[in-house]
Amino acid sequence: MRIPLSSMRVLPVLIRLLRAHLKPYSRPISLLVLLQLVSTIAALYLPTLNADIIDDGVVKGDTGYILQIGAVMIAVTLVQAACSIGAVYYGARTAMAVGRDIRASVFDRVQSFSARELGQFGAPSLITRTTNDVQQVQMLVLMGFNLMVAAPIMCFGGVLMALNQDVPLSALLLVVVPLLGTVVVLLVRRLRPQFRSMQTKIDTVNRVLREQITGIRVIRAFVKDGHEQERFAGANQELTDVSLRVGKLMAFMFPSVMFVVNLSSVAVMWFGAHRIDSGGMQIGALTAFLSYLMQILMSVMMATFMFMMVPRAEVCAERIEEVLGTESSVVPPADPVTELLRRGNLELRNVEFRYPGAEAPVLRGIDILARPGETTAVIGSTGSGKSTLLGLVPRLIDATGGEVLLDGVDVRRLAPELIAETVGLVPQKPYLFSGTVAGNLRYGRPDATDEELWHALEVAQAKEFVEKFPEGLDAPIAQGGGNVSGGQRQRLAIARALVRKPGVYLFDDSFSALDYATDAKLRKALARETAEATVLIVAQRVSTIRDADRIIVLDEGAVVGVGTHQELMADNPTYREIVLSQLTEQEAA
Amino acid sequence: MTTPMNKGPQDGGPGGEVPGGTGPAASGGANGATGSGAADGAAPKIAVSDSQTAAARRGPAGPGRFMGGQGAEKSMDFKGSGKRLLNLLRPERAAIVGVLGLGVLSIGCAVVGPKVLGNATDLIFAGVVGRQAPAGETKAQVLDGLRANGQGGVADMLNSVDFTPGQGMDFGAIGTVLLWVLAIYVASAVFGIVQGRIAANAIQRTVFRMRESVDAKLSRLPLSYFDKQPRGEVLSRVTNDIDNIAQSMQQTTGQVVNSTLTVVGVLAMMFWISPLLALIALISVPASIVVATKVGKRAQPQFVSQWKTTGQLNGHIEEMYTGHALVKVFGRQKESAETFREHNEALYASSFRAQFISGIIQPAMMLIGNLNYVLVAVVGGLRVASGALSIGDVQAFIQYSRQFSQPLTQVASMANLVQSGVASAERVFELLDAPEQSAEPVRPERPAELRGRVAFEDVAFRYDPEKPLIEDLSLKVEPGHTVAIVGPTGAGKTTLVNLLMRFYEVSSGTITLDGVDIAAMTREELRAGIGMVLQDTWLFGGTIAENIAYGADGGATREQIVEAAKAAHVDRFVRTLPDGYDTVIDDEGTGVSAGEKQLITIARAFLAEPSILVLDEATSSVDTRTEVLIQRAMARLRSGRTSFVIAHRLSTIRDADVILVMENGSIVEQGSHDDLIAVGGAYARLYKAQFAEAVAEVD
Repeated sequence: MRIPLSSMRVLPVLIRLLRAHLKPYSRPISLLVLLQLVSTIAALYLPTLNADIIDDGVVKGDTGYILQIGAVMIAVTLVQAACSIGAVYYGARTAMAVGRDIRASVFDRVQSFSARELGQFGAPSLITRTTNDVQQVQMLVLMGFNLMVAAPIMCFGGVLMALNQDVPLSALLLVVVPLLGTVVVLLVRRLRPQFRSMQTKIDTVNRVLREQITGIRVIRAFVKDGHEQERFAGANQELTDVSLRVGKLMAFMFPSVMFVVNLSSVAVMWFGAHRIDSGGMQIGALTAFLSYLMQILMSVMMATFMFMMVPRAEVCAERIEEVLGTESSVVPPADPVTELLRRGNLELRNVEFRYPGAEAPVLRGIDILARPGETTAVIGSTGSGKSTLLGLVPRLIDATGGEVLLDGVDVRRLAPELIAETVGLVPQKPYLFSGTVAGNLRYGRPDATDEELWHALEVAQAKEFVEKFPEGLDAPIAQGGGNVSGGQRQRLAIARALVRKPGVYLFDDSFSALDYATDAKLRKALARETAEATVLIVAQRVSTIRDADRIIVLDEGAVVGVGTHQELMADNPTYREIVLSQLTEQEAA
Repeated sequence: MTTPMNKGPQDGGPGGEVPGGTGPAASGGANGATGSGAADGAAPKIAVSDSQTAAARRGPAGPGRFMGGQGAEKSMDFKGSGKRLLNLLRPERAAIVGVLGLGVLSIGCAVVGPKVLGNATDLIFAGVVGRQAPAGETKAQVLDGLRANGQGGVADMLNSVDFTPGQGMDFGAIGTVLLWVLAIYVASAVFGIVQGRIAANAIQRTVFRMRESVDAKLSRLPLSYFDKQPRGEVLSRVTNDIDNIAQSMQQTTGQVVNSTLTVVGVLAMMFWISPLLALIALISVPASIVVATKVGKRAQPQFVSQWKTTGQLNGHIEEMYTGHALVKVFGRQKESAETFREHNEALYASSFRAQFISGIIQPAMMLIGNLNYVLVAVVGGLRVASGALSIGDVQAFIQYSRQFSQPLTQVASMANLVQSGVASAERVFELLDAPEQSAEPVRPERPAELRGRVAFEDVAFRYDPEKPLIEDLSLKVEPGHTVAIVGPTGAGKTTLVNLLMRFYEVSSGTITLDGVDIAAMTREELRAGIGMVLQDTWLFGGTIAENIAYGADGGATREQIVEAAKAAHVDRFVRTLPDGYDTVIDDEGTGVSAGEKQLITIARAFLAEPSILVLDEATSSVDTRTEVLIQRAMARLRSGRTSFVIAHRLSTIRDADVILVMENGSIVEQGSHDDLIAVGGAYARLYKAQFAEAVAEVD
């Protein structure tokens, strides 16, 4: 599902993000500005010294003076270099720190998300936002420190120095600088939307290509090659058109900007000649003035070009802000209940869950009571809302109607730690973390002993294969559990929940990847282990749940039947349909 | 950039980071703040996307990201591929000649400009000197007078100045020179603009053609090409690599020409003005190289460490986000946050060091540049003082020496771009050179009437010439029959379908459709009559309604779509989504479960109304009850149509007319469910394994 882009205005988002995260670094930033200032002044001083060489050395034929000023120039150069290295130091440090901080706030925000927000964005998208997008913004900050800080100083300093050389001639700046600024701004303003549009077109072309590759069988089977090629040709043409527009603007940009710069130098020469002729200025000052003019124009240009780098970071900032601006729909209670009579009574009262804007609710009017020592099973079709139902208990999502009660207390009033302690969920897609078998098993209870781990493995029918690993409990697990089979993954995930010994077990179709024999053995062992606990099992396989104390039949988000296997077989047509789709009449009896 | 896979949902942009896009290479623009030709602000790359994910999030696509292209992949055959890449430009020959010609003109003008401007300075200086000298005397008398006054140095200097004593500035002459300069700059700009437009046109046309040929190629490649290598690999070639080539071409073609011309031109002017100063200026080149490599070497390990910590951090983020529910359920947010903080801190430390050290290159270069400036100013000043050089020349020379280093660094940084561009081109060429599927028959045949009689006669097939997969397979299917194919993984069930659809071609034997050899039909004709639903569902970026309507020729009405969705039992699910049928899903289908995806694909097939239906594990992720309900709906669809059903769950195929049991590429049993159970062979064993055992265990 795609998230509709919010209608936030674009540039302010970037500024807002940066302003918030630059604030703590006002000290190093002011140091940076100071260093840039000194470095710029030093750089600006060089042409003045050069002017002195010409006016007082060359014109007067004083070679000693030339060498003397030369030495001063070298000293100034060294100061300039030292200061700019200092500026680079603070720039790099602060930019990286800002990146670190933004990354941390995004990560914290995502951690607070419920399954709903996570599903909305999608984990891959959130990962990119936390890593790549933050990285882009960080690079912009770094470049900003290097360029944006120096540019105005350089510009301002250049103006001062130019005034120092000759005030009347400096009036030229009033014409030249705005002229260049206007040319660059006009061009950049036209370029920016084109750049954005180009990026969208590239995305489209790549998406079409990607779909052609991932869907190749379907496209060929439905004889849609022609359709797809047309789609591509259209996207390609659009991309080429906009790239060409960008290319032509760029082709116009550099020669015209250089022309303005060159035009300015010609003007300086002409008016400078008049100033010199009237005795108002020396010839060396003319050369120096020319240098300053160049510096001013270049800094104006750099600052403006910098804005061309901005769109990319803008998009990233938008996407980061989108995360930071999303509040979790599951909010921890302000005044949490921290203790429960640990009996493990689980009750759902008239629960409803609905996505905002959806026509039909995922779940409606759900009433379930699960007691300790009992196994309650939920069975239903694909899309009937079974997993959603389980997610309500540990507050992966919150119900939009009704309430979920643990020992009579609404879960929304419970401390998150308390819920985590009480409820053990084995999700549908068993996910293992990279590390070792033991590390994963201890995930819920770091202080569990090896004996406890082996016991859990035994119950989960995982002991046998773990024993076969040469490293046993210390066998490595790849990210996501990629190096063990689906069935092994499921059993390890079950063992992990067992180690925790929670009062309430939630199994979300956790036995689906097991063969029937293992499934049966596991359930038998599990029954002993969880004798005291409340067990809620969601399953598709009838054989998995037919012995449950209570079976709840879910259809289209509502409970359509409650009872034991026999009772439901007798009077619940939906249940019968489910059973008969898996077993023959006589097998089911 | 090694093969980054575009795995993420597409809510942003294209895959792939352009090598050298960020990092020091980009910040190198800072140079321009003091240099003259800041024109290298180059096109910013606004590649931002989620689809960079897989590659970007692990470790940002290799060190190249951070090292400004140092990680650019080396190509296998740089020369050959480079040549071929240039060959792509062949249709643009005329344009290229134009670009070169105009480049020479434009750069030539730009290079001559400062020298001519220097003449203006000399005229101004002459005016200054002339005015101070007493009128009526000759230049020689003035100089002699100065020497007599012990001002020999000044006299030496003035010797080369063309002044007329007593005469002030000759504004007529100055004006003429300046007008010339202006004309030269105008010409340079005009030539430059025209050159740029021609270049942009030629490049965009070339890139367009390349994309076009790649897309056309995709449709001609046999399916085996896509099956043999990871999809991400192919994807990366057609998206990232082509983007990279386009970027490299856009950024280098014009600039390589211009930068090279500028270096040559500026160098020539510098030597013309003063060979001595030119040599001094040239010293800065090796000095810059030494500094750059020295600092670069220092920075290298820091970048490696930055890359490593990035990988660790991103790995943690990936795990914590993917396992988000677990972190919550087990109440491990605190630990997760703590680990994150550690990695984040480590990344901060290493990236700060890396950026700082590599950032030093900038000021170091500036230092060299400024030292050079001082040298030129001092030596130039001394030369002017001795009369060997005019002031205008020194001024011009200073301008040149500043213009000189800029294009040089540009060419150097472009070497990286070119290299990575050629490496990408090589990978694209590999794709373009891959063998294509067999040509369509010249005079295609077609069945007189499509009834759905399918026959396999002595069919043999092998993916790998060494390993026979299907041998001597014969099979006759009557129109309207349902054929179920069962058997263990790797038995060749899907291969049978692949052969029928001509996704793969038989090695020997024939398959006929209503008596016509399918190899004699066009693929299009054959496939148009067959509807297919695969286990591996595919949804494209678009609304759910669009995805369902995909199979229908000429589109479908909303009623038809909803009806198909109802038949596939996915209508209710769609209605729980925020925008119902108009909910946009991406090709990753985020938020839609595997089972739900399968149902949507089935709805698609319902709309297509084919003559022959092929279901390859089409309901493997759907619960059994829904499966049965769909089966019933499908029975209606199937009536009168031949269908092939591959299923893992035997419960779903009990009603098939014929059940084929495949093992190791051949049919070992054939018959109805009851027949086969009665025989007690392979099918009966399979059936028992799935049901009887389960029942026994439960009881």
